[in-house]
Amino acid sequence: MREFAYRRTSRIDEALHLVARHEGARFLAGGTNLVDLMKAGVESPARLVDIRSLTLDEIGETPDGGLVLGATATNSAVAADPRVRGRYPALSQAILLGASGQLRNMATVGGNLLQRTRCAYFTDTSEPCNRRVPGSGCPAIDGAHHNHAILGWTRHCVATHPSDMAVPLIAFDAVVRYEALDGPGAIPLSEFYLPVGDRPDRETALPDGALITAVTVPAVKAAGRSRYRKVRERASYAFATVSVAAALDVRDGVVQDVRLALGGVASRPWRARLAESALRGGPLTAERISAAADVELAAAEPLRDNAYKVTLARNLIEAVVTELAADTGEESNG
Amino acid sequence: MTDNGRGEIETRSEISLRVNDVDYRVAVDNRRTLLDAVRDDLGLTGTKKGCDHGQCGACTVLLGGRRVLSCLTLAVAAEGAAVTTVEGLAGDGELRPIQEAFVRLDGFQCGFCTPGQLCSAVGMLAEHAAGWPSAVTRDGSPERTPELTEEEIRERMSGNLCRCSAYPSIVRAILEASAREAVAG
Ligand SMILES: Cc1cc2nc3c(=O)[nH]c(=O)nc-3n(C[C@H](O)[C@H](O)[C@H](O)COP(=O)(O)OP(=O)(O)OC[C@H]3O[C@@H](n4cnc5c(N)ncnc54)[C@H](O)[C@@H]3O)c2cc1C
Ligand code: SF4
Ligand code: FES
Ligand code: FES
Repeated sequence: MREFAYRRTSRIDEALHLVARHEGARFLAGGTNLVDLMKAGVESPARLVDIRSLTLDEIGETPDGGLVLGATATNSAVAADPRVRGRYPALSQAILLGASGQLRNMATVGGNLLQRTRCAYFTDTSEPCNRRVPGSGCPAIDGAHHNHAILGWTRHCVATHPSDMAVPLIAFDAVVRYEALDGPGAIPLSEFYLPVGDRPDRETALPDGALITAVTVPAVKAAGRSRYRKVRERASYAFATVSVAAALDVRDGVVQDVRLALGGVASRPWRARLAESALRGGPLTAERISAAADVELAAAEPLRDNAYKVTLARNLIEAVVTELAADTGEESNG
Repeated sequence: MTDNGRGEIETRSEISLRVNDVDYRVAVDNRRTLLDAVRDDLGLTGTKKGCDHGQCGACTVLLGGRRVLSCLTLAVAAEGAAVTTVEGLAGDGELRPIQEAFVRLDGFQCGFCTPGQLCSAVGMLAEHAAGWPSAVTRDGSPERTPELTEEEIRERMSGNLCRCSAYPSIVRAILEASAREAVAG
């Protein structure tokens, strides 16, 4: 690991200056991803600015009935919050289905969104990788990629984003709030992760040196009945193979609102807008649910060894929407 | 802790660590993890290094009463917080209930994962007492504390691997000790 300076501050402006004025400086939150990648030599910051003494760990209400999740609130605190559990159950479930109790106690809201891919080539500095070393190539395309992307990838990178928490957040139209030296800003989570394009190393729209201060989640009626399902290679303490967050609001047999997002399928949490449009405004029949899953996955381009994910994603969408329909007493009747 | 006035970057820090209610003053390279500091600088070798990458739970300690992984915690970042390692779990020469239950019910074979299992179990029981849910909690009412079943314990303890696969006895020991720990802890 490269040597680095360490600073801790309780002031946002000082944190911003400490990072902006110093080439190679990074914020340190829970450290569960950054410290790990520093050990692997993938990240080598010259200075760490510890942000856990900033008072950004609150979970509060927004005027419109939504929630503000402070950037340094731990994953555990968000998952256990009664308001999150009551109004956005899929968010609590997604967090609890990720990592372990210890890791969730350390990991933060901001760090979770900014965690890097778990592609094994990315973490192995003896291998080429466009995401780590731009232009060096992508060995995963012809190599080990059974856990890689089926949607939205390019030949420059086929990695997936590992966050579970981001999947329900994108379904609920969450917004990332930040502070930068030239003032505050906000980016909808749907625009936060950049398309892969030919520069997979450019991952987010967050300006250089900006500090995420909070993630806001608007009031979403459908979110009160939401669910997260995750398929993984062991029963607990493993990243998603494919996951789905779904929320449903059905009245008088007609879908008023539906939210669907997939994890483990792309370089970012994948909002399944085509499937949502196919379901919204109509009755919830088995045929329509199945057709909605198909229309979303029509764009899937599986790699040599991961076509199973297309079927898995399709089945997960069907299963979760059907379960939610049964929950709301609006049984699919087809 | 940074610029030393000559434009050089300070990559070492003088820190105070409070471990098991004892204050230590140590000079560490900023790269030092809490795990290595506790084991090598303080000589508290009860805490074990399994994977060193957050994947096994052997290095679990309590930080401010919450269970964390000491292998992904920088020692400098732990300054000012109260650390409890396995050496600090017992009081006054007497094992606490969870330790006694591990011994009596064979909650280990080789024992390498045990310090992490014990610290994790103590932290887990506190989380449960605080009403925190787990992935297997059937969440009817967010305000109610879920009952601590075997299924709950397995899920909540999934961050602690045991290569000897002593899991059934670990779960039994935690379940058996949980009522007494809650009183004690
Ligand atoms: C063994 C293991 C299993 C895991 N399993 C899962 C899983 O199943 N599902 C899942 O979703 N995750 C999983 N994780 C990943 C874990 O959730 C992330 O590592 C964690 O959420 C990162 O948060 P952190 O606070 O520790 O971030 P850090 O490691 O501190 O930081 C990560 C990055 O974000 C930057 N950063 C942090 N906060 C801010 C901020 N406020 N503003 C700007 N930049 C910031 C840092 O500079 C750094 O680049 C696992 C991790 C491990 C080690
Ligand atoms: S898939 Fe992306 S992260 Fe993995 S090796 Fe290719 S470029 Fe690197
Ligand atoms: S040594 Fe820390 S989790 Fe394995
Ligand atoms: S008792 Fe041997 S690793 Fe758990």
